[in-house]
Amino acid sequence: MALEITEAHPLGKAIKRKEDARFVRGQGRYLDDIKLPDMLYLALVRSPYAHARITHIDTSRAQALPGVHLVLTGEDLAKMNLAWMPTLAGDQQMVLATGKVLFQYQEVAAVVADSRALAEDGAQLVDVAYEPLPAVVDPFWALSPEAPVLREDREEASNRIFHWEVGDSRGTDRALADASTVVTERIRMPRVHPAPLEPCGCIADYNAARGHLTWYVTSQAPHAHRTVLAMVAGLPEHKIHVISPDIGGGFGNKVPVFPGYVAAIVASISLHRPVKWIEARTENLTSTNFARDYHMEVALGADRDGRVTALRVSTVADHGAFDAAADPTKFPAGLFSIVTGSYDFPVAYAAVDGVYTNKAPGGVAYRCSFRVTEASFLIERAMNTLALRLNMDPAELRQRNFIPPERFPYQSPLGWTYDSGDYAATLQKALDIVDYPALRREQAERRARGELMGIGLSTFTEIVGAGPSSTFDILGIKMFDSCEIRVHPTGKVIARLGTRHQGQGHETTFAQVIAEELGLTADDVLIEEGDTDTAPYGLGTYASRSTPLAGGAAALAARRVRDKAKKIAAHLLEVDDAEVEWDGQHFVAMGAPDRSVPMAAVALAAYTNLPHGMEPGLEATYYYDPPNLTFPNGAYVAVVDIDKGTGAVTVRRFVAVDDCGTVINPMVVDGQIHGGLTEGFAIAFMQEIPFDEDGNCLAPNFMDYLVPTAVETPHWETGRTVTPSPHHPIGAKGVGESPNVGSPAAFANAVIDALSPLGVTNIDIPLFPWKVWEVLRQHGVAE
Amino acid sequence: MFPNAFDYAAPTSLEEAVDLLGRYGDEAKLMAGGQSLLPMMKLRLAAPAWLVDINRVPELAGRTETDDALFLGALTRHAAIEWDRDLDADYPLLGETAALIADPLVRNRGTVAGSLAHADPAADWAACLLALGASVTARGPRGNRLITVEDLLVDALTTTLAPDEIITGVTVPRPTGRVAAKSLKLERKVGDFAIVGVSLQVEVGIDGDVTRVGIGLAAVGSTALRAREAETVLLGRRLGRETIREAAALAASAADPVSDRRGSAAYKRDIVRVFVERGLTAVQARLAEGQALGA
Amino acid sequence: MRIRVTVNGRPRSADVEPRTLLAYLLRDEFNLTGTHVGCDTTSCGACTVLWDGVPVKSCTVLAGQVDGAAVTTVEGLEHDGQLHPLQQGFWDHHGLQCGFCTPGMLMTTHAVLQRRPHPTEAEIRHAISGNLCRCTGYQNIVTAVQQAAARLSARDTVQEVKV
Ligand SMILES: Cc1cc2nc3c(=O)[nH]c(=O)nc-3n(C[C@H](O)[C@H](O)[C@H](O)COP(=O)(O)OP(=O)(O)OC[C@H]3O[C@@H](n4cnc5c(N)ncnc54)[C@H](O)[C@@H]3O)c2cc1C
Ligand code: FES
Ligand code: FES
Repeated sequence: MALEITEAHPLGKAIKRKEDARFVRGQGRYLDDIKLPDMLYLALVRSPYAHARITHIDTSRAQALPGVHLVLTGEDLAKMNLAWMPTLAGDQQMVLATGKVLFQYQEVAAVVADSRALAEDGAQLVDVAYEPLPAVVDPFWALSPEAPVLREDREEASNRIFHWEVGDSRGTDRALADASTVVTERIRMPRVHPAPLEPCGCIADYNAARGHLTWYVTSQAPHAHRTVLAMVAGLPEHKIHVISPDIGGGFGNKVPVFPGYVAAIVASISLHRPVKWIEARTENLTSTNFARDYHMEVALGADRDGRVTALRVSTVADHGAFDAAADPTKFPAGLFSIVTGSYDFPVAYAAVDGVYTNKAPGGVAYRCSFRVTEASFLIERAMNTLALRLNMDPAELRQRNFIPPERFPYQSPLGWTYDSGDYAATLQKALDIVDYPALRREQAERRARGELMGIGLSTFTEIVGAGPSSTFDILGIKMFDSCEIRVHPTGKVIARLGTRHQGQGHETTFAQVIAEELGLTADDVLIEEGDTDTAPYGLGTYASRSTPLAGGAAALAARRVRDKAKKIAAHLLEVDDAEVEWDGQHFVAMGAPDRSVPMAAVALAAYTNLPHGMEPGLEATYYYDPPNLTFPNGAYVAVVDIDKGTGAVTVRRFVAVDDCGTVINPMVVDGQIHGGLTEGFAIAFMQEIPFDEDGNCLAPNFMDYLVPTAVETPHWETGRTVTPSPHHPIGAKGVGESPNVGSPAAFANAVIDALSPLGVTNIDIPLFPWKVWEVLRQHGVAE
Repeated sequence: MFPNAFDYAAPTSLEEAVDLLGRYGDEAKLMAGGQSLLPMMKLRLAAPAWLVDINRVPELAGRTETDDALFLGALTRHAAIEWDRDLDADYPLLGETAALIADPLVRNRGTVAGSLAHADPAADWAACLLALGASVTARGPRGNRLITVEDLLVDALTTTLAPDEIITGVTVPRPTGRVAAKSLKLERKVGDFAIVGVSLQVEVGIDGDVTRVGIGLAAVGSTALRAREAETVLLGRRLGRETIREAAALAASAADPVSDRRGSAAYKRDIVRVFVERGLTAVQARLAEGQALGA
Repeated sequence: MRIRVTVNGRPRSADVEPRTLLAYLLRDEFNLTGTHVGCDTTSCGACTVLWDGVPVKSCTVLAGQVDGAAVTTVEGLEHDGQLHPLQQGFWDHHGLQCGFCTPGMLMTTHAVLQRRPHPTEAEIRHAISGNLCRCTGYQNIVTAVQQAAARLSARDTVQEVKV
């Protein structure tokens, strides 16, 4: 049970979350809870076809419906130069279609009416005539010269968006040619969706008299959205007020700007009334940003002792109709180059080709730092295949290839400098918790009885916390983050950050960081995020960057406050600045421990009794640009049993040992891990957004896009090792995404491990029962 | 997502309900638990001009038992059966099946009759009630008629009910011998419709020979199916490894599934075999247990 | 159409279109925004409320259906400034993260404890299988419910002693 929020020295303690006081009462204020006077509602008309020419749009029936105030089409937007908008990846995306549609459910028109139901009635009355075109569904076909070129707005007559490569191609080929063993595998990470429980939405409230837009939006990055909006809509940035209220989960879904947002803003500006757009779940799953969809091919070479000598990866990345990934500008394939994982490989090479197809746009970082999940899944699966080929225990293979602790900071062959880690110790801890030798013995016994039990490992390394700003920017905006702290006269604090939590507990964890630095309790520190008029500029919450960046900013801003406080304390204690020490809660006169002042007394003095000539007040702002990224890591073990009659897999145990450096609140960290593992479990076993050959989306709602319930979800066992990040102000690395990055491979490896006596090395996720059964049947072992 | 506009009527007698349906004909849709109809209306796949809500019709609530049957009123909710231990002795398959339908919240509203009338081939009640040889009573402007569940189901989402007929309840015959039952459902997650469902119930005489048996299959045809040949092969015989295998194989050949995202036709057919085998084996064990207890 | 309904013990009424769903009657007409909407296929349970004590998905009930009935929402759980033991349990055991599923979870588990005062882990997991959570992985929710069950039965024992 958690500790109270009034604990002293809160850093590292499992204290109760402050935000829960409102959430357990149903008093969270999520976007759809906000109602403004005279508000109208917007509904979108969407394309039934994946690829079609629009020959005619007739809005007259919709316009004639009583209660409808406005119908917008792409042509209307084109007149305002708003038919297209930039994506965060530097591509452009249609707001409302003109000319042709490029994916099923694409936004074609918008209807604004007195109620949501009426807006939907109106949308049903918009008549759109289409001339269907052949859909390009397969990304490999999209790259072939015979495929129709989808994007007529681009100069390049090709469906290739980018070719990106990193590493030493020739050296890798040479090393592979020399290797005593080479394994290859095609690994697919299917299209999935972050699907937070609260869908996306916004309210645009334009005030014509003031020329001012207040924009409430489910945004993980409110400042970035304000800037993008200023650039797109031509509104002056100081006249845009972005408010991101409580967010019901984000997981990367709420980073981009969506057509519905722009349509609502245009409608509000046209009608001078607030306009709300909330997507339905179907709209969420079919149009607002998928994740993954990587088709990867890997070759791994090794010597006789099982030391990997080279890694080569080539990937086709299906981005859909528009490249709406939220990757940093210089990284079209995100941080995929973390693909060498936790291992010390002498040489490596990776290439990614981004491709347009007739599918929904995106490529968001779903609970991961820009393509890190894809990379991690690939290397952890490939290591499994290699272990099978070498007939070596997968734990042993990993131990032989880990970057040893003394090699940190470690320079990876694909260009990263890993900060810290003790991978062997982390793995050993996980193996101890599950009692790995006993499991292997049990497995041998069960195999002898014809039963299928599997043990899967994943020992991943993540790369999170983008910045540093010298390398990372989004649309040119450097990726730092910020915190502003104000200490009030009574010693109570308000702190504002450029990030925006969506359930991660920032109101508590950042309060803990600041309180620890200032000798206060978390209760004394109010955290505010999500309001661009008050918070300092920051890039937002995704890619596990909040703790590495805003957490660093919070600690450093608090230290700035403390520096000034120390001078005031010296004045109160009547000693020299240099003769004051901070004991964690008080300023103490050196050599006179009975003479001390707490922070609260200093705070009062900052407004009432200052040293001569000192500027009044006690506040500080810090824009933190980290010297490097952080590299959280972990070792996961999954134990599964397979039903030979149905192919159904049961996860019997799952042990996750994570190393996220310094832990701010262990309860929150465990919660993040439980949640991320559950998402990883879903991806491994049931989630996928497939399309038929005409480009129709086959999992458009929660009946077919499956979210696991409490029944299937395994009971998680967690453990921890702590290797603080040497360069982070408090040594923290970030954790929100590790479990989602690391776990899919552990599940898949466990299933493959169970089937490995049959010679099976790969089955594509999601591991639906039928897929496993087909393998069992082929090998004649089905019940 | 909001339904299209409609007019709403909540009759308080069966008469009135039948009248309303007769008056509005094709324009009207009857609503019981609403757990299939309302989702379709929200997605605007159904758009009746009139909605006739039968939840306030007292004649359709409750259940009655006679010496030879159980009568479940049309408004009997899935949950009412799931939580009613009194039914376990004579009607064990009902509780088994109820607990596998949808999720606990949907079960609090969804009705047995609504599920039958909706006629989703993957629905669980139809397979169960086929296995039990149940019938429905339908009330229309021309009075009552009794329809076996088998005759009721024509095709996916299609029944022999006329648009102005209301199912007033379901009659389940009471078993005469010792009885045991098992419902098995393979789903991708809890709350999902079945990949394959098997509901079976076996009655045995004093000598242990099978006297009555029903095997219903869900999601392997355009309607729920009854595995007649498998049933026949068991009649008059004892449950044993061989008889069970024979029956399982016959049940599998009765299945007529299609390949889709839940699996290939071959897969589903084989699951029928596996489930019938497992189900009958469980039933055999339960009967043996009951025998031992009784002795 | 006019709806009269007792919500959290208070009689309320509203004029709504017949197509109004209970979730929106509560949210839009009565400003009880603790009841959330997370899907359009009756799948997620974020909208769960008690209708005459029975938990239902309020996105799949018409406002007209509850005319004359009693509805309890998350806003009705707290009494005399005291959180319900379930609310306290969720808070104490980190049974929520973004909080979007929480009101629905609380209403479902409230009904569970009425039926089963001492549920096992498996019983709790089945009982909340109509309520999806994307954040917590359910484990802490199970713990929270078990703690609430313990508190409630301790409270009942005390009350019995008093009697
Ligand atoms: C998320 C979800 C998951 C589900 N999973 C399953 C599952 O796994 N297995 C399963 O079997 N079902 C499942 N269902 C369906 C559920 O069981 C429904 O409750 C049931 O199919 C319909 O019953 P109802 O009373 O809600 O009918 P309604 O939705 O009210 O009506 C359905 C249809 O039947 C007609 N009808 C209803 N009652 C009568 C009557 N008395 N006489 C004549 N016609 C009538 C209606 O006019 C309508 O056409 C699921 C539903 C949901 C929302
Ligand atoms: S909103 Fe998802 S079930 Fe009601
Ligand atoms: S806490 Fe976010 S969905 Fe459950």
